[in-house]
Amino acid sequence: MSTLSAAPMPSLSHRASRWFSRNLIRIYAGLAFIYLFIPVAYTFAFSFNDAGKSNLVWQGFTLDNWKNPCGAPQVCSAVANSIQIGLLSTFIATVLGTMIAFALGRHKFRGRTSTNLLIFLPMATPEVVLGASLLAMFLNLRVNPGFWTIVISHVMFCISFVVVTVKARIASLDPRLEQAAMDLYANEKDTFRYVTLPLVMPGIAGAALLAFSLSFDDFIITNFNSGIETTFPKFVYVSAARGIPAQANVIGSAMFFIALFIVIIGQVVSRQRKKS
Amino acid sequence: MAFLHGATRTHSGPRSGIKSRSITPYLLLAPGMIWLVTFFIIPIFSLASTSTMVRPEGAQIGTYVQELRFQNYVDAFVANQEQYVRSFIYAGIATLLALAIAFPLAYTIAFKAGKYRNVLLVLVVAPFFTSFLLRTVAWTQILGDEGPILSTLKLLPFIDDSLRLTATPFAVVSGLTYNFLPFMTLPLYASLERIDPRTLEAAGDLYANGFTTFRKVTVPLAMPGVVAGTLLTFIPAAGDYVNAALLGNPSTKMIGNVIESRFFAVVDYPTAAALSFTLMATILILVTLYIRKSGTDELV
Repeated sequence: MSTLSAAPMPSLSHRASRWFSRNLIRIYAGLAFIYLFIPVAYTFAFSFNDAGKSNLVWQGFTLDNWKNPCGAPQVCSAVANSIQIGLLSTFIATVLGTMIAFALGRHKFRGRTSTNLLIFLPMATPEVVLGASLLAMFLNLRVNPGFWTIVISHVMFCISFVVVTVKARIASLDPRLEQAAMDLYANEKDTFRYVTLPLVMPGIAGAALLAFSLSFDDFIITNFNSGIETTFPKFVYVSAARGIPAQANVIGSAMFFIALFIVIIGQVVSRQRKKS
Repeated sequence: MAFLHGATRTHSGPRSGIKSRSITPYLLLAPGMIWLVTFFIIPIFSLASTSTMVRPEGAQIGTYVQELRFQNYVDAFVANQEQYVRSFIYAGIATLLALAIAFPLAYTIAFKAGKYRNVLLVLVVAPFFTSFLLRTVAWTQILGDEGPILSTLKLLPFIDDSLRLTATPFAVVSGLTYNFLPFMTLPLYASLERIDPRTLEAAGDLYANGFTTFRKVTVPLAMPGVVAGTLLTFIPAAGDYVNAALLGNPSTKMIGNVIESRFFAVVDYPTAAALSFTLMATILILVTLYIRKSGTDELV
């Protein structure tokens, strides 16, 4: 910080280059973040576009899209469908996945390896194969794809992610907390209810949020198993050729801020818990 | 809490089980496992069965009967080998690019972010919250013929007016790179974060320079994250068709596009099934070889 030294010019450029090389990796990371957020910013900006017929180029600023997000045909029914499917599949996948995670994390049993494999495989299979195989089965069984086949497929691919998330939380618990509860004469059921479950709860909540966002955002598997049912991503895909309505940008931006809000609340709550 | 950590470590791993050999674990497993078997394993068999079917002479479109025609695989592959090979090339390039972008990013978050670590982590995941399709559509417009980048570039005298960014392999690969970047960053971060900074200091004390420390200490310790991240990027990228459909042109079609159009536009289920099956088999083989080679078996 000493600016008293003589000959400032060479040392300034020298210092600048030193600062640059020392912070190179931070600059690089900053650029990566800009790259990550360019399309998000674009989507947000164009939610204010006075689009009229074409939302492809900027036509002028308006708040109308935000005041009336259901203004474009089908947008809101697609979103409502996505939310219903998301909630249903999140609920089922979270319950089933949490049960599996407890079996894996707290019990000894035969067939652990094959169970792990069955959890891992859906995550290692491309979505197009998951979607195509499920559709092949539905077609062979003469089942018409629609709302329920979407829910079935979403539960299927969400379970693995729930298991992995909850299992990690269970593994990070200190088993001595449970032993302490047992030492204090809590029976197995009470230990689970008053000690284990509350401790694992943040993991379950995180898994549920993950499942919901995976379900809400899924396109490929949904596209294969939806028949004529529309979800929000499917709506965007179908209307992409003609340019998506600005209202879809409103929905996307709103989802972004709602999710960010939930995550920040979660962080604040967990930090305060740690303090107390 | 502190005294607990000082106590003798009695728990051998996470499953110092409450009970062994009881029926409880099976009851816990059953519903989820039945779901996965019914809607994941059985469909794979269904796919295999469809892949060898044949449409009878003069039958209605979409009607197929089982004839165990394995020639379907050969026909499907020969007709679509271009798209097939292209999918793996695009996915491979996108994976390498994502690794090149994500490694410094994860490194910065793990070692240089200080108290902003959690904020930056949220920022990595945050773009996810805007729908994946909306972001891809946004790229089509940003890179598009009337988009901000091209219209600025075309102001320059030496840029040809016919220059296009969308409908090119470049656009498809950068779309793939972009969309799977968080899948690369998070596992990398998870393994970098576990590195004890003192191991890096120790390397310095032993006269390793920055680069040597990075190559001999940081990278080997980050290997599980590299393996997980590359798999989580490569697998979905190889099967993706959204990026190729929105950002590409007919000559950048990937195998996912072919499978989709065989299913829906052409209603040729056996070919679509044969292609999906081949894709899955290839990926499983590649993944197994890759995990063996990198020596990290504890992925799940």
